[in-house]
Amino acid sequence: MRVNVTVNGSQEAVDDVWEGESLLYVLRERMGLPGSKNACEQGECGSCTVYLDGTPVCSCLVAAGQVEGREVRTVEGLATAGRRDAAGDTAGRAAAGHDELDPVQQAFLEAGAVQCGFCTPGLIVQSHDLIERNPEPSDAEIREALAGNLCRCTGYEKILDAVRLAAKRKASAE
Amino acid sequence: MEFLRPVTWADALAAKAGQPDALPIQGGTDVMVEINFDVHRPPALLDLNPVRELAEVETLPDGTLRVGAGVPYVRLINELGDRLPGLAQASRTVGSPQIRNRGTVGGNLGAASPAGDSHPPLLASDAVIEAESSARGTRLIPAVDFYKGVKRNALEPDELIRAIRIAPASGPQYFSKIGTRNAMVIAVCSFAIALHPDERRVGTGVGSAAPTPRRATAAEEFLSAELDWDARGPLSVSVAQRFGELVKEAAAPIDDVRGTADYRKHALSVMARRTLTWAWNDHRATREEAS
Repeated sequence: MRVNVTVNGSQEAVDDVWEGESLLYVLRERMGLPGSKNACEQGECGSCTVYLDGTPVCSCLVAAGQVEGREVRTVEGLATAGRRDAAGDTAGRAAAGHDELDPVQQAFLEAGAVQCGFCTPGLIVQSHDLIERNPEPSDAEIREALAGNLCRCTGYEKILDAVRLAAKRKASAE
Repeated sequence: MEFLRPVTWADALAAKAGQPDALPIQGGTDVMVEINFDVHRPPALLDLNPVRELAEVETLPDGTLRVGAGVPYVRLINELGDRLPGLAQASRTVGSPQIRNRGTVGGNLGAASPAGDSHPPLLASDAVIEAESSARGTRLIPAVDFYKGVKRNALEPDELIRAIRIAPASGPQYFSKIGTRNAMVIAVCSFAIALHPDERRVGTGVGSAAPTPRRATAAEEFLSAELDWDARGPLSVSVAQRFGELVKEAAAPIDDVRGTADYRKHALSVMARRTLTWAWNDHRATREEAS
């Protein structure tokens, strides 16, 4: 079947989609967007987290046909949006060829919250949503928000540091 | 596989009647796991996401809440936590934020797993499941009659779940669940209690400790008769103890990867005592505030 969906702001028509396949499969294998990771395929690990109509979901648990006519934003779409959010000076830098990372992505880099990197895209999307909804999250709130994202490398401490850093920067920028 | 995408409730019922073996999908948090792992390959998926009526919550003339089958757990927590505290507590233990953004009580009922988190509070609050078919219209099924076996429910092949009807809490409600952590846990066992002070009655629900979710009827009757509803005196230790034992006796658990039958029974008696203590203390505190 054909699925019409807006992904990272771009309207797409994806053909030859099997009715039982997941949004994750469509993104990775049919649209060439491998940022969302395929690990558990049962909603346990959060590595495939994307926004669906502005809400973070496990894309492995969304049937491809369910996104017909809807909007998906993946980790690949955050950097672009970062440029858009900070319209003024960053527009100039973008034109000059700089790829402006989203503040959450930048915080993960600086805090060393990335080791093997497999869980990172899901954690970044989920953290991005947390900070959008709750600009000053407590540690308990960060832990609960990230409870469905598993990391096997870092032990989470640096991930928590990254989220705190991103939230702090966002608060001081506003 | 076919993918059916009705846009209205009437179309959804017609689609289910025309293809009774189509598997309804709402949040996908159970259905897609089985498809991803090739455990189950239904001939058709019936996507209920576009059916707007299913996402609605309304109050019926008698005060009962009618919660659309497609209302995700996150909305139960945020929008209905004050009126349905037991169900909201159970919802908060479901999976992770991403799962709660998608998963629904309707889906929990459709899957009818004995471990489903929403079942115990539905039982404790005397919830009624509103099923509908295009041929026979609406059918109201009390939760206590809805669960028929492991992953089997009372729905006919042409029926869909339209809503859950549940009265706003008239007294304290609590839910408790055993698992290895506070997220992403399938219940080892779970328990819900609801006090209905105006009826001098206690409701219970036992999860993940029998082939179906069930009430602990003898425990309810014992406690309803023993509690000091008028004076709201302190909870007697022996009453709480006996309540825990009766809840334990209501269970028929098995040994499996998540826990042993013995552990489940023990844990249920502890959860029953604890949730009763919390609920009764809340009930007593209400009187103190009022006086």
